[in-house]
Amino acid sequence: MGSFELNGRTYQTDEDGYLVNIEEWSKEVGEYLAKQEELEMTEAHWEVINFLREYYEEYKIAPMIKILVKAIAKKFGSEKGNTKYLYDLYPEGPAKQACKIAGLPKPTGCV
Amino acid sequence: MSKKKESKTPLLDDLEDGPWPSFITDLKNLAKKKPAVGQLLGQLEQSYEERWDHWLGTVINTPGYGGGIIARYSDIGNKFPDIAQFHTIRVIEPAGWVYSTDALRQLCDISEKYSAGILQFHGMTGDILMLGSNNEKTLEAAEELMEKGWDIGGSGNGLRTLSCCIGPAYCEMACFDTIKTTKFLTDTFISQLHRPEFPYKFKFKLSGCPNDCANSIQRSDMPIIGTWRDEIQVNQEEVKKFIDEKGEEYVVDNVITRCPTKCITLKNKKIEIDDKNCVKCMHCINVMHKALAPGKDRGVTILLGGKRTLKIGDTMSSVIVPFMKLETDEDYEKLIDLVRRIWEFWTEHGMDHERVGEFIDRVGLGTFLDGIGLEPDPQMVRHPRTNPYIKFEELAPPKIDGEPKVAPNVVDKEIEGREIVVDMQK
Repeated sequence: MGSFELNGRTYQTDEDGYLVNIEEWSKEVGEYLAKQEELEMTEAHWEVINFLREYYEEYKIAPMIKILVKAIAKKFGSEKGNTKYLYDLYPEGPAKQACKIAGLPKPTGCV
Repeated sequence: MSKKKESKTPLLDDLEDGPWPSFITDLKNLAKKKPAVGQLLGQLEQSYEERWDHWLGTVINTPGYGGGIIARYSDIGNKFPDIAQFHTIRVIEPAGWVYSTDALRQLCDISEKYSAGILQFHGMTGDILMLGSNNEKTLEAAEELMEKGWDIGGSGNGLRTLSCCIGPAYCEMACFDTIKTTKFLTDTFISQLHRPEFPYKFKFKLSGCPNDCANSIQRSDMPIIGTWRDEIQVNQEEVKKFIDEKGEEYVVDNVITRCPTKCITLKNKKIEIDDKNCVKCMHCINVMHKALAPGKDRGVTILLGGKRTLKIGDTMSSVIVPFMKLETDEDYEKLIDLVRRIWEFWTEHGMDHERVGEFIDRVGLGTFLDGIGLEPDPQMVRHPRTNPYIKFEELAPPKIDGEPKVAPNVVDKEIEGREIVVDMQK
């Protein structure tokens, strides 16, 4: 377990730096988490984060990668609708890195 | 009675008995050089005592890759600090599993430098496994591997590293070029291999003939197996020689009566094969490999759905394409097209952690074939139907005089309400 302080507020995180309480997320928190990942957030980065947030709001689960790819393709054009594009934005993988910045729970699952 | 010096690892020592080479002996020797390996043995001993596995799994990614590294943490890392992080790197193996000694030396050097010096040839998926590096060393090792021209294999919910038998490079039975096809598929689908995007894993394995040396039918979702569709080639001269050498009785006992469909007859030291009834079990060809050979019109059979237990029990793959040629560029295009259609339909409608075999089991083969745009074929059935009662509406006499005959509507009724809409325009 860990925590960080931002603008005078303390946020709880798990041992890998994922936000414990999803409701606490705000854009500033996202920016802070991105900085921890050494990512420079562009408009394209935020498009993915916003989609993840919206999807989670509705279904209470992180989307499967295919759904994410398709949704991005539908919204922003088919040239962005592939995993290569997502990995260019989030080199450690959209599931792992983008979910962390979006404040979503840590992806589980076996190898 | 002499008193033996008490060992710290009595359970492991047990595994050094017997005539076979023991991995414990090897690891004990390695432990002299690599302290981590000593601790690895310590943890294994404790695991044997407690009957409890002390590894925790998670995911580590090299930048730009979604898989290929199997992260393992020890949950008793405070007791065995050197193996607190003990990750495995999967490396794509060359098609056919043939290496130059130089290539092997490269792998050994990298393994010595960055990990515990343990290599596995080959893991269950077919990859080379490089065991025992920590968080930083894993990434360094991956970088050096890539500099030297190796690449990281597949893991997670994506395409796994392909593997194939040695094929035409060394074997007279091969009915198609397994090595070329493996290389071709790996190159074509490298993005799916590096960046998982499926509901669950997907494996190709390729065997040159129905002997299936790559174990493709049990161990892969999509086996591609070499086969032929004309007659088995018979060299009667060699048949005669074989009989002269081994005797007629040997041939009858070991070839003729062991044919599962009893389609071989022996007359005057000559063999006759009823090829229509041949099920291509390969037994006669294997026993009399000089006299018999696979036919000349060769191609592949493509199957689908092999897997180990998860949502349903173990399944073997069953036929999806009974025969296709795999020689020209167009043939390869056709194969790619089929694979893409299968992935498209399965990833669209498959549930999380549902392999393609389980998906077919859930939606039914009819729906699945509709979805990927293939015509059903009698050879696609997994086994003959067990219920003999079947009603063909179109063959039954009209109930009332003059009532038009209608085609049975069974399929529509079954999937009413949860019908899968498929866009065939793609």
